[in-house]
Amino acid sequence: MSQSHRIEGGQIDRAKTVRFTFDGLPYQGFTGDTLASALLANGVRLMGRSFKYHRPRGVLSAGSEEPNALVELRSGGRQEPNTRATVVELFEGLEANSQNRWPSLRFDAMGINDTLSTFFAAGFYYKTFMWPKSFWEKLYEPIIRRAAGLGSVSREEDPDEYDKGFLHCDLLVIGAGPAGLMAALTAGRAGKRVILADEDFAFGGRLNAETFAVGQSSGADWAAATVAELASMPNVRLMARTTVLGAFDHGIYSAVERVSDHLAVPLAGKPRQVLWRIYSQRAILCGGATERPIAFENNDRPGIMLAGSLRAYANRWGVKAGERVAVFTNNDGGLRTATDLQARGVDVVAVIDSREGGELLPGIRHLRGAEVIDTSGRLGLKSVTVRQANGRTEEVRVDALGVSGGWNPNVNIHSHQRARPVWDASIAAFVPGADGPAGLTVAGAAAGVFSTHGALRTGLDAAVSALGLTGAAELPEAEDAPVRITPLWHVAHGKGRAWIDQQNDVTVKDIKLAQQENFTSVEHMKRYTTLGMATDQGKTGNVIGLAIMAELTGRSIPETGTTMYRPPYTPVAMGALAGRSRGREFKPFRLTPSHHWAVEQGATFVEVGNWLRTQWVPKAGETEWRQSVDREVLATRKSVGICDVTTLGKIDIQGTDAGAFLDRVYANTFSTLAVGKCRYGLMLREDGIVFDDGTTARMGEHEYVMTTTTANAVTVFRHLEFCRQCLWPDMDVQLISTTEAWAQFSVAGPNARRLLEKVVDQNISDAAFPYMGAGNITVGGLRARLFRISFSGELAYEIAVPTRYGDALLREMLAKGAEFEPIVYGTEALGVMRIEKGHVAGGELNGQSTALNMGLGKMVSKKKDSIGMVLSHREGLVGENGYRLVGVKPVDPKGKLVAGSHFLETGAAPVMENDGGWLTSKVYSPHIGSDIALGYLKGGDRKIGQRMRAVNLLSGLDTEVEIVSPHFFDPEGERLRG
Amino acid sequence: MVSLQAMTALGAHQAVVVTVGPLTITERVDVALASVAVRRGRDLTASAKAMGVPLPGPSQHIGGEPYSAFWVTPEMWFIEAPFATHEVIADLLKAGFGDAASVTEQTDAWVTFDLAAADLAPVLERLCNVDFRAVPDGHSTRTMMEHLGIYLVKHGPGAARIYGPRSSAQSLLHALETAASAL
Repeated sequence: MSQSHRIEGGQIDRAKTVRFTFDGLPYQGFTGDTLASALLANGVRLMGRSFKYHRPRGVLSAGSEEPNALVELRSGGRQEPNTRATVVELFEGLEANSQNRWPSLRFDAMGINDTLSTFFAAGFYYKTFMWPKSFWEKLYEPIIRRAAGLGSVSREEDPDEYDKGFLHCDLLVIGAGPAGLMAALTAGRAGKRVILADEDFAFGGRLNAETFAVGQSSGADWAAATVAELASMPNVRLMARTTVLGAFDHGIYSAVERVSDHLAVPLAGKPRQVLWRIYSQRAILCGGATERPIAFENNDRPGIMLAGSLRAYANRWGVKAGERVAVFTNNDGGLRTATDLQARGVDVVAVIDSREGGELLPGIRHLRGAEVIDTSGRLGLKSVTVRQANGRTEEVRVDALGVSGGWNPNVNIHSHQRARPVWDASIAAFVPGADGPAGLTVAGAAAGVFSTHGALRTGLDAAVSALGLTGAAELPEAEDAPVRITPLWHVAHGKGRAWIDQQNDVTVKDIKLAQQENFTSVEHMKRYTTLGMATDQGKTGNVIGLAIMAELTGRSIPETGTTMYRPPYTPVAMGALAGRSRGREFKPFRLTPSHHWAVEQGATFVEVGNWLRTQWVPKAGETEWRQSVDREVLATRKSVGICDVTTLGKIDIQGTDAGAFLDRVYANTFSTLAVGKCRYGLMLREDGIVFDDGTTARMGEHEYVMTTTTANAVTVFRHLEFCRQCLWPDMDVQLISTTEAWAQFSVAGPNARRLLEKVVDQNISDAAFPYMGAGNITVGGLRARLFRISFSGELAYEIAVPTRYGDALLREMLAKGAEFEPIVYGTEALGVMRIEKGHVAGGELNGQSTALNMGLGKMVSKKKDSIGMVLSHREGLVGENGYRLVGVKPVDPKGKLVAGSHFLETGAAPVMENDGGWLTSKVYSPHIGSDIALGYLKGGDRKIGQRMRAVNLLSGLDTEVEIVSPHFFDPEGERLRG
Repeated sequence: MVSLQAMTALGAHQAVVVTVGPLTITERVDVALASVAVRRGRDLTASAKAMGVPLPGPSQHIGGEPYSAFWVTPEMWFIEAPFATHEVIADLLKAGFGDAASVTEQTDAWVTFDLAAADLAPVLERLCNVDFRAVPDGHSTRTMMEHLGIYLVKHGPGAARIYGPRSSAQSLLHALETAASAL
């Protein structure tokens, strides 16, 4: 198809034709085009449908502020909704589709909404769909969501990769227009490390869209030469296609670099986008300004565009937006559109200038004191109705209209830390205030300095001042025209709708309604009308909306104020935020020393934090997990089982005050522990609740090794560091984690000692290495540690060797001890055996329970002070009827238990008042031959032997149970001392 | 007599050398490592000098034979030595420092990778927030890569060593490979 609207000039490469499709139809553009410029070049004005009313819409702008021309790009897993056609760099084979229409863009059945617009005014949700309440979720919301909306997602996985990274610089320059280029050049020539980032694929900003000269060359040529010089500097990093999204603390900015968005498919292995965190010493915001429209009736038709964008398409892309063009402006900027277009041979039929009096443009029909009051053309602009200064109205036939209501400096990033912009009446716009992010200054149009000379000058000055440079480069000559504007926000005429926020379909009427219903605060107005809440965040509409609210309420615009600006500056793909943290790479894994052995055995693994722990190790013929777990438990209790317990936290605690330190962090005493012994310890939080438990061994006079639960390894270490550094800095204590340095295995069962005797070099008889003994030993001469501790109730040891030898130790124990038929058990069997023995773990260490609740109240020593000791004796925690740990088994051995069930007395109704407590952990015990559980029961220590019910309404279980001691197995502890 | 064969953090019996794009990653299983912390009110200067153990200042690594060291936190260092001759590095250091220091074996707590490229900065900027271009040779720091806490020592613009948690060796290596392949 011919590019019917292509004119001479522009910064496109006419030698490189690019083919693409829009709604399935084939088109051609050139390298250097955006999707919007290429569609306009092909005479396509209709590009989308509006959010609520499904109004036909075309492109409004030529940049990232675009509210209307939202399209879906690509298909399948790469399908990308809500992409602004104005920033999509054209590439060969690009597929684009319009969205939010059915069945087609030209005929959209949902366009009925436009006819029913009276029903869809601001606040209609709140008023209309209140009753009956249950209808909201099932009926109203799905219907509304279907009718109102933006693009769709394919629900296929995105095949592309997204990366993250970190950059550092002396100066970050945000935006590469004249101000940004000049700032970067000044800093770059001074040898500073500079990052220059611009969201566009071409540097130059408005220099590419205007016809102004800089020095002896065109603005665009000067920009290209400056970029070439910057590119030659090793201290300057040029980042095109990179949007700075937000300003964060301490000079940190986030930016997304679209590495491959301009390609059909990323190059092999390359990311689609990179989310950068930029650490800057100083930053200069040179983000330019965004033109704003004027609200008048039916101002949203395809063909009505911002005046500056209309000339950008002509000057940068060689595109005329229409055959017959008019301009509606309240400032001198709009006039440039008329003169530029006329100079390029476009028929400019009228300039409708709302300002009274003044000079007239030569050779153009320039109407002063005139306004556009209405337009026509269903799928594209056909005419505008002009009301002249004398009140006479006239219909002017045009197919494109450029509108300029003035320019808003892009203060967003400067306001990301709550800085309020201030009103500058001379340009009728908000400019950055004084209280922006530390280290950030603003230059050029973003600072409200709109001339080319002003941009260059402020860019240079900002760099000099930010970096403390002496002597500055010479400024090239450039135009320095003043801003001449007479504010006009909306044209008061007629009863039709005049759009303010085109993306969210907010009209002047909606603002009036908000005012009428007293939503006059700018933040209330925003939420009531949804002004500025769309993906464009109201870049073109917000200031008009609040100006109209100011008019309605009789307040000034600065009194009315702006809403809060927040990152991100433009929409960001979720993939970029996720980076590589997705799927199996969501987090790193931690593998135990026995992992590779377990994989060979076909073990099942369970995630415990980042750890992959062996859950059970099936043998041939076992088809169901319980078979494996029961076998592991029975084999351990019968002979010997081995379990990898490397995951438990290990903290090396040394220093002359190590014992005293432990006395303070543990509820029980450790300073009196003999060297070569270990002890179970209970650690409380300051509020008296149990924090963690574990065994700590005294390996030397001033050397202890603490073990923590797997779950709390990090938090306990952090807690100890806090105690050491902040609470008691005078203590001589040194801490370091050794969790990963040692491979540690529990060896449990009646034959545990006999098995270990096959591998360790020392005498470990009961006399030589009694219960709760600990010490350094050797395994074939290799340094190792042995602890005689038990979590299973069996005669048990934990043996540790340097991690690299862990795999070999396990294999050696299995081989050398083969006569005892040792098995390796996983976390399930571990859980069964600890519950059979009544040891507390995750379900009981729930962050709400005290030592007394756990039946460990006597462990909290009152002979010394320790963290949590005082508050553990609070009245509310020590009542006789408080929760106590009990054992639970069904009266009928076939009866089922489920963790989380609540205790009820026989015959009591299942209501809160009758709640007696709950089951914390449940397993099937092959030893007992039934389900067993631990639980917290009110006054439980006095209810041993009683019958109650364990009720779980969610599972439909109501099981008669017997309350028993939590020590189901070997309550006297004879086995572990054997 | 039992004889245990060592396994690398990556589950092999040989250290790996991988080249991806511009980056060569060499796993080092021949480095013994121990932490040394000064006990309160004690001075290690003389005994460190006697043993030839450097005790560098903050963010510094000082190389030497057989002992090299880098600072990890106030009053604490990690000491490196050849594994073949110093596998019992903790015992050796304890003997030298006596009760003036708390010494803990750290050799197997970490997986050690030497990174080499003509310029490491482009790959490291995808992995951690260290300003690798700007910091001097011999800079050492704690940082994060792929959610993992690691130590990074810069030996030159194209040479660095990282210590990462041993149990996450595979995840860390994967992150390094992925970053290098995406440049």
